[in-house]
Amino acid sequence: MKPAPHSFGKSVFELLSSMRFAISLLSILAVASIIGTVLKQAEPYSNYIIQFGPFWFQVFEKLGLYDVYHAGWFLLILSFLVISTSVCIWRNAPNFTREMKSFREHVSDQSLNAFRHKHEVATTLAPEALAANAKQYLEGKGYKVRSLPRDGGVLLAAKAGSWNRLGYFLAHSAIVMICIGGLMDGNLVFKAQQLLGYKKIEKRDIPQSQVPAISRLSPSNPSFRGSVQIPEGSSADVVFLNVADGYLVQDLPFSVALKDFRIEHYSSGQPKNFESDVELFDRSGKKIREATIAVNHPLIQDGIAIYQASFADGGTRLTLRGWNLFTPTAVSFPIDGTVYQKTTLASAASTYTLEFVDFRPFNIENMGDEAEASRDTMSVLGGSPVSDKKHLRNVGPSFQYKLRDARGQAREFSNYMLPLELDGRWYMMSGVRDAPNEPLQYLRMPLDADGKIDTFMRLRGALLNAELRPEIAARFARQALPKENWGTEIEERLKFSATQVLALFAKGGFQSLGQFIEGGVPEAEREKAAATYLRILELTAFEALQVANRQAGLPPPTSDDATGWLVRDTLSSVSDLFVYNSPVYLQLMQYDEVKASGLQLTRSPGKNVVYFGSLLLTLGVFFMFYVRERRVWLRIKPGHVLLAMSSAKHTIDFENEFTQHAQALDALAK
Amino acid sequence: MELVLNRPAPLLKRLSLLDWLFAAIVAASGIFTLSRFGEYMDIYEKAILLAAVPSLVVFGWFWKPFRPLFIVVGAISLFAVSQYQGNLARMEEAFFLKYLISSQAAIMWMCALFGLATLAYWGGMLARSEFTMKTGSALTWSAVALGFVGLMVRWYESYLIGTDIGHIPVSNLYEVFVLFCLITAMMYLYYEARYQTRQMGAFVLLVISAAVGFILWYTFDRGAHEIQPLVPALKSWWMKLHVPANFVGYGAFSIAAMLGVAYLLAARGILASRLPKLEVIDDVMYKVVAVGFAFFTIATILGAMWAADAWGGYWSWDPKETWALIVWLNYAAWLHIRLVKGLRGPMLAWWAVIGLVVTTFAFLGVNMFLSGLHSYGEL
Ligand code: HEM
Repeated sequence: MKPAPHSFGKSVFELLSSMRFAISLLSILAVASIIGTVLKQAEPYSNYIIQFGPFWFQVFEKLGLYDVYHAGWFLLILSFLVISTSVCIWRNAPNFTREMKSFREHVSDQSLNAFRHKHEVATTLAPEALAANAKQYLEGKGYKVRSLPRDGGVLLAAKAGSWNRLGYFLAHSAIVMICIGGLMDGNLVFKAQQLLGYKKIEKRDIPQSQVPAISRLSPSNPSFRGSVQIPEGSSADVVFLNVADGYLVQDLPFSVALKDFRIEHYSSGQPKNFESDVELFDRSGKKIREATIAVNHPLIQDGIAIYQASFADGGTRLTLRGWNLFTPTAVSFPIDGTVYQKTTLASAASTYTLEFVDFRPFNIENMGDEAEASRDTMSVLGGSPVSDKKHLRNVGPSFQYKLRDARGQAREFSNYMLPLELDGRWYMMSGVRDAPNEPLQYLRMPLDADGKIDTFMRLRGALLNAELRPEIAARFARQALPKENWGTEIEERLKFSATQVLALFAKGGFQSLGQFIEGGVPEAEREKAAATYLRILELTAFEALQVANRQAGLPPPTSDDATGWLVRDTLSSVSDLFVYNSPVYLQLMQYDEVKASGLQLTRSPGKNVVYFGSLLLTLGVFFMFYVRERRVWLRIKPGHVLLAMSSAKHTIDFENEFTQHAQALDALAK
Repeated sequence: MELVLNRPAPLLKRLSLLDWLFAAIVAASGIFTLSRFGEYMDIYEKAILLAAVPSLVVFGWFWKPFRPLFIVVGAISLFAVSQYQGNLARMEEAFFLKYLISSQAAIMWMCALFGLATLAYWGGMLARSEFTMKTGSALTWSAVALGFVGLMVRWYESYLIGTDIGHIPVSNLYEVFVLFCLITAMMYLYYEARYQTRQMGAFVLLVISAAVGFILWYTFDRGAHEIQPLVPALKSWWMKLHVPANFVGYGAFSIAAMLGVAYLLAARGILASRLPKLEVIDDVMYKVVAVGFAFFTIATILGAMWAADAWGGYWSWDPKETWALIVWLNYAAWLHIRLVKGLRGPMLAWWAVIGLVVTTFAFLGVNMFLSGLHSYGEL
């Protein structure tokens, strides 16, 4: 036997239009989609390298897993779905249209007799009379009826719900249409250009004006979706399209100038609205329009929709006071900065690059456990839904910067401008971390009676200054001993201890003291020794403050509770400074905020196709589900009637309707 | 014989006086709402309100028990609103508000009633007591009424907290779980009457009870019942359409899954004599999947249109969107297997059960485990 020449083509056609293939495609597509939700998409490639290691990073990159939904294999599955659905429509179209039109009046008596749903009645009525009644009845039930004379009797062929088939066409062409619309908005054109070498992704961090033409897309590009950040008072005539590990520059047919960006807040401090006042200018610089863009309220210009997508700092100018943490003295110097810019900090020992990263005018923090408490007292019924937001507080502005040492190692800092109240006392807070994914660790510096950190800094200087140690130790010993012991061996020992404690503390804070105790004191006595050393340290610190004040020409500190806490807090903070490990503390004195609005600009010619497809899909689905296709035949012969009924879908409704018709026929035939 | 021969009367003639009365009441409430609260609505929201009037009327004509439900919920809600006298603190003082119909009280009653209804349905089914199961239906109806009162009052309360804070209570996980219970229960009640069988209630009420359990945990452990202001992205009239449509879908798929469980048990002879015939379970299962699929389709389309407005693209492959697509593809495959391949029986029942796992992940799991643009309603 020779295979038919068209058999391969035919079997491909069979496969593509087969139900098994369609269902497999639907399932494969579902499973493939999962990947992109589990693996975070479009992250910077460095994150993936850290996460997977270099080997798997490459494997995953080859598989296109960082942008699954634009990967070749994913698009291939989608196109198979489109092809399969189209072929399915193609294949069913002739049958279904014929069926929609046809009354199937050629059905033979024999096959009617073979129907599963059939009902026979004897009648005394004349066939024509019964046929007229039955026709009226069926039409009343929404059937279209055709009455044909046949072999001395009548055949009534009736159908209802043909729109069910129409639903099939609508819904399935809608799938094709939606996919095509989606493809129109996809990046296929760019992908093709990239393959052919006409376009290249830019990976360098360079000013947009220097991006070469090979990485730019013209304003006539039919479809794009990109974003841009515009600082207040500036404008932009391009957007950036993130592609893989680089970007493209899309030139716009107009430029957008940002006049003002606003964040409105609810009374509880949560953001309520983001709004940008913009002006649009055409390429020649003529103003086109002015408008306000807000979340959920985009602006459309030249077929390009402009959305409020995000916001950021736009280069706030910061006036800072830098506290030198290298020297054992309280030295500060003025320094200015602008967010997103860099400066150099040079000291005798080393040079640092200071990179200003961000500024936040508000910081809403969750302050404590009041929320928990209010929940415990909740009544049996679940309590009031009125939120008690006392625990949320705006703690004021903060700014973020990186300090990069000569070897290129950077640490991140986040400093608050305003002091924070913790346990009833006030502190300046500075957060630090080594890597972006670590939590910030906070240094808290106590404020003095004037609400400043000057006393803390002064005392820090005195505590770390080796030159002052003999004097501080001497003062401490004199204070600690009654007069008769002055000048004795005891005083010398005490001075020695104090000097030693100070020296240890200046070397590494409490940590060094602890190590010293562990190294030199038997275990049983450690606790006692620690308490003693701590006491000595606190008292010497108080003396150190005396010395520091005198040197600075200030009156001696009062010896009260407040000073006591200040000294103790200073000790823990100075100890923490060893972990803080920064050459400088930058205190924010003033700022001049510049905000930037993040806009997303989209041109999507496929959108209307997709929307139209969606409409068809909805209609189609409703027709398929809620228009029940069914057919009724009445073969009326003199003395005998046969009712037969069929439907593509055998539901209980169908059974019920059949019973109803059968009963009606019984009544009619009487 | 005359009777069967007659054409069915046209729709309008089939309506009773009660139907027209109901229509008048719905229209009056629409006008009342518009005149009283119109100043807080934008043009789209007014359009939605106006479109809701005929939709609710037709829905009431189509499903008669909806008429008393609407009127009872409306009356109690108005009473609650009047009890507030514009003062939120009355929640703790006025007797009715404190113990019955402040939003939180009403929702807690709803939870309790759903719990009792579950017991009644199970008791009734096991003891073959029609009366006990009828009690279950009555309890379910009461729970639905109180739940809707709770949501309506919550809507009002949110405006009392601050006119800028006020919003329709479908904005976070707590609120949509209440909505889920209500929609699922209503759909079930519809099929219960349509198929004249109450035994399936035992199974459907289980999934509602699970949701109730979640609401209680979420309230008492996380304080999730607090009314929070909307994040800017949610401040849109689209929410009023997108979220309820989605929950018709979720509710329907849950019912289908519970019927799947009932089917599988009955097919193994467990409880078989106490449950409806397999064909009936199967038929209802298909019906709810069809309703669910239709509404889920609409909801996803609405979501895409909203996304185009809020995020600048109708499809961003954000995890929530992608999982909605997965759910949708799953049920599309289910429907094809059943309708085109004509498959019935345990395999489809299993598939419906697994479908609920997928749906639950799309609904909850995405919020818990994946991050994306839909980053509200975190657990
Ligand atoms: C994403 C893709 C698809 C979706 C969402 C979809 C959706 C649907 C829906 C909702 C139904 C109605 C079931 C009912 O009547 O209750 C249906 C029926 C049907 N589908 Fe699809 N479909 C898709 C792809 C396909 C493909 C690829 C084929 C071709 C093999 C196909 C062939 C059919 C057929 C033959 C019917 C039965 C029509 C009838 O007899 O009324 N579908 N589809």
